[in-house]
Amino acid sequence: MREIMYREALREALDEEMQRDPNVFVIGEGIAERGGSYKVTEGLLAKYGPKRIRDTPIAEAGMIGVGVGAAIAGARPIVEILYVDFAMLGMDMIVNQAAKFRLMTGGEGRVPFVLRTQGGAGGGVAAQHSQSLEALFYHIPGLKVVMPSVPADAKGLLKYALRQDDPVMFLEHKHLYMTKGPVPGGEHIVEFGKADIKRAGKDVTIIAWSNMIPRSLEAAESLAAEGIEAEVVDPRTLVPLDEETILTSVAKTHRVVIVQEAVRRGGVASDIASIIQEKAFYELDAPIEIVAGLNVPIPFNLELEKASVPQKSDIIAAVKRSLYVPSYAMAAE
Amino acid sequence: MAAVHAKKNAPSRELLEKIFRTAYRIRVFETEGIKLYRQGLIRGYFHPYLGQEGIATGVCAALKEGDYIASTHRGHGHCIAWGADVKRMVAELLQKETGYCRGYGGSMHIADIRAGNLGANGIVGAGTPLGVGAALAAQIRGSDAVTVTFTTDGASNNGTFLESLNLAAIWNLNFILVIENNQYAVSTRIEESTRETDLYKRGLSIGVESHQIDGNDPLAVYHLTIEAADKCRAGKGPILIEAKTFRHMGHHVNDPGKYMPEDRLAYYKARDPIDRARNALVEISGAEKSEIDAIESEIAAEFEEAVGFAKNSREVTAEEFRQFAAAY
Repeated sequence: MREIMYREALREALDEEMQRDPNVFVIGEGIAERGGSYKVTEGLLAKYGPKRIRDTPIAEAGMIGVGVGAAIAGARPIVEILYVDFAMLGMDMIVNQAAKFRLMTGGEGRVPFVLRTQGGAGGGVAAQHSQSLEALFYHIPGLKVVMPSVPADAKGLLKYALRQDDPVMFLEHKHLYMTKGPVPGGEHIVEFGKADIKRAGKDVTIIAWSNMIPRSLEAAESLAAEGIEAEVVDPRTLVPLDEETILTSVAKTHRVVIVQEAVRRGGVASDIASIIQEKAFYELDAPIEIVAGLNVPIPFNLELEKASVPQKSDIIAAVKRSLYVPSYAMAAE
Repeated sequence: MAAVHAKKNAPSRELLEKIFRTAYRIRVFETEGIKLYRQGLIRGYFHPYLGQEGIATGVCAALKEGDYIASTHRGHGHCIAWGADVKRMVAELLQKETGYCRGYGGSMHIADIRAGNLGANGIVGAGTPLGVGAALAAQIRGSDAVTVTFTTDGASNNGTFLESLNLAAIWNLNFILVIENNQYAVSTRIEESTRETDLYKRGLSIGVESHQIDGNDPLAVYHLTIEAADKCRAGKGPILIEAKTFRHMGHHVNDPGKYMPEDRLAYYKARDPIDRARNALVEISGAEKSEIDAIESEIAAEFEEAVGFAKNSREVTAEEFRQFAAAY
């Protein structure tokens, strides 16, 4: 199969869906002529014109709200927000309007709204451009939370997002745009709520998403050299969450490590751990390990930035703790 | 400005009667609704539109099928003026399954998407971006539909006011922003909220054609909105209308509104929009007192019937709710 970049896969999804459905349009800062900061929308202005590919002023609350209103009125807007950090300016529109509209109207109203943005650390862009904020959206009933880790999922999930009727927080990662992977051409659709086993293994289940997938896969390769076979499960969508695939893997390996880039406190990993202990307590042979970001804003300094989010060595250590590898069990004390 | 519009071609009896019926229907809904609230039949908040009826009445009479409105927390009047079924509105306030939102929304969330009513809103100011969004969706569809957002003097100090009106302006959207300037943000006087109390000037500052009008004159509001909607459909939108008005009571039913000076209240009560709609019907089209009485009795009976309908309706069950919630 051909290999393309994550950002090309996203562009392909947008292109195909804009061609299929004249109600799909994109607004955002610098997305038209400039093609977006990560070049996801490059070329779409020439193809679809200024009516459906529009630059906006720097007005996140306004543009997110306008997107939500357009969705309520039957269009299929995609609002691109440069950094997930900036989505905070539009939280009322996301949390109080988009997420609640369906219930507030007794099930009558629909909000087929997609907010595309990116987060994550590692770019030296410091505390206001590096966060992983999925837990904020995960916490709000009514939002779908999508976090693709590979190009094929990026394409398939975005196409699906544009065919369903609920507000979607489509959270990309700044370090994934240039990564390559095999992507089917044409109608490749990934439904929400279907996890993907990114690597099969029998000894331990690593649950991770977004940029923590490539990092977990690297850790798994190193562990394999030591005879430990990790299974890497990528939920792909945090809401809805594919509990079945997770629990099936837990029943197979009996050990769980959950990896998230976001800060530990109040995170999605903690909630997944809670689901596992509730539904598969007797399958567990070790405490569930969580590898997460420090409870701190992301610093600028490269070494400090690295220290604030999970690294490959942190994942390896957590796996070994869960397997009671002696020296690592000590380290956990 | 109001005087200019009033001089236009004499309005038809049909229009004058429609305007009076709508304004009076809102008045009855709010007056009788407050009684139901005081009887304990309505939970939560109830923000009466009493005193402001002229604005929703005049604006909605000027719009067409296929157009959109977005409303505020004080939204009953907008819904009624838009043609909502009073039975389903009362049912919603009484949290019944037959209500517009099946009892899931209540007073602050009544919406009717199929009819183009994007809904009331519990967040002050939120209707403005949502309305601009509907206008954008219409433009992308190639429709000439106009969207009106009713907003408030209080909301005009919110950031989304500028952000979304500016978007409507740069994209030439068919959008009319109606600021119902009732001069109070809950209990804070407009003079304490802003240095420039002529709010229409804010539109001028970003290149939006803007007007100020007496919001208690439903006919003048109607004529101005007709002009505004025509301009929008001719590609000259958006347009801002500041309609000055005054509440007849506090922010909500349980707010006595003691901060509202009596002389100001008296001034506006002497310019009551219902009286003006009634007088116009009598003076311009020569309606008889008996005809007015008949309309008023009919509307009062309609409300009584709506209360009966709501009381006899069932509520959504906890089991149905659990099924609904499972999709989340």
